[in-house]
Amino acid sequence: MNRPYPLTIKMDNTQSFRFFNRGPSPVVRLVFFVVLSLLLMFVDTRYRYLESTRSVLSVLVSPIQRLATMPSILLQQAGSFFVTQQDLVNENKSLHQQHERDAAELSQQQSLQQENLHLRNLLALQQRNEFSAKFAEIIYAERDVFKRRVLINKGADANILAGQVVMDDVGIIGQITRVYPWLSEVTLITEKDHAVPVQVLRNGLRTVVFGAGDTSHLSLRYMPVSSDIQNGDELVTSGIDGVYPQGIPVARVEKIERDAAYPFARITCLPVAGVDKHRHLLILSALPKLPERPAEERAATDTGKGSKGKAKKLGAP
Amino acid sequence: MPHIAHANPEIQRPVSNIFIVLSVAVALFLNGLPWEGIWLMLRPDFVALVMLYWCVHKPLRIGIGLTWAVGILADVADASLFGQHALAYTLLAFGGVMLHHRLQMFDLRQQTTQVFGIFAVTYAAYVLVHWQVNGYVVWPYFLGCLTSTLLWAPLSTVLQTARQVRVSHPAKR
Repeated sequence: MNRPYPLTIKMDNTQSFRFFNRGPSPVVRLVFFVVLSLLLMFVDTRYRYLESTRSVLSVLVSPIQRLATMPSILLQQAGSFFVTQQDLVNENKSLHQQHERDAAELSQQQSLQQENLHLRNLLALQQRNEFSAKFAEIIYAERDVFKRRVLINKGADANILAGQVVMDDVGIIGQITRVYPWLSEVTLITEKDHAVPVQVLRNGLRTVVFGAGDTSHLSLRYMPVSSDIQNGDELVTSGIDGVYPQGIPVARVEKIERDAAYPFARITCLPVAGVDKHRHLLILSALPKLPERPAEERAATDTGKGSKGKAKKLGAP
Repeated sequence: MPHIAHANPEIQRPVSNIFIVLSVAVALFLNGLPWEGIWLMLRPDFVALVMLYWCVHKPLRIGIGLTWAVGILADVADASLFGQHALAYTLLAFGGVMLHHRLQMFDLRQQTTQVFGIFAVTYAAYVLVHWQVNGYVVWPYFLGCLTSTLLWAPLSTVLQTARQVRVSHPAKR
């Protein structure tokens, strides 16, 4: 039992020999690096100076991360190698049917579009903007319990800009929040407090849908108890924010709790798009153009431009 | 015979820098595997484990500064706030460096109880920063602290044997 004690003293002696080349004591180092970390965090939350440093360091880290995605990709490829021909024939057939249905709808839509254009011309309204789409693939989901973000395989090299909208074949998935040289980060609509301006398809009621964060749910806040909303209502983007194009499906109302004790109803929605499912995504590259804001309003909001100005800038590039 | 010239009587088993860098890279790789859902909650922080191992066993070479730098890399890898992992890992390295005498004397079971405290402080620092910035706490995140602690003994054994293999190999030549 006595043995450890003399041993520590002996080790302490050898340590004191090395005292010369050890530099500052651990406590000094601890304080220095804690203060440095706090400073970095402060700068990172308030300003955007560190984005270039981040993308430089990502060059160092991203090879390891790419390597880490290899096992699952190999597994998928091995799975696709052992698909039977019958499965492929069936899938091909169903895809053909889908294609024919879509083609019929598309031709209808084109004639409607023409008609709409004509009517809008007659009424001298602003034309709706068309948007083009780029394909991208999810490389990996971000490994942070707190966040709902994914990284995709297109970055600054493919002219991806922060603020562009990401969707799959059904509806909105999220928005690009950070662009690296070869990657970019997509914040999903289920991220906590991520807001998408929407309207109810049935009656045109405008509202904003928020991500719930810990689950893959969305919620509508600040809806009065008396508001006209029902289970199964579809929510589509309203397009008035200048970021999301109009009329893309976002979510479907799942559950409504109306409690007279609270001024607002608790409304839970499920995203329409496979937010947590698909690998292939579409990035909408041309953002809708909004008319310039009136001049006096700009002067009034000039002070808050650092944070709020981003949406405006993206709206009118 | 370069290995004789390299052999230093003060360091019992020389560890090459390449081996340390490799172990950190493997830890980043393991952290980077596509963990999802409940597995993400249960995922041990391999980088923290490896850095703590080196801080305890080679405190004169791997100290607070290098652990902080690895924390910055972990921040880039996880796209968390710059300095969030770095802050947590600084506390981890400080715990490892301060307790290395004691830990080196303990057996693995006794080490595990001590290491749990260090990990708890590390995870608490990370969550505290997240709470300050985002205003909410995800409690299941602390499960990772438990799994990391449980993995301490296996990881120590693995690294210890890997080091012995590396040392005995040039001696055979």
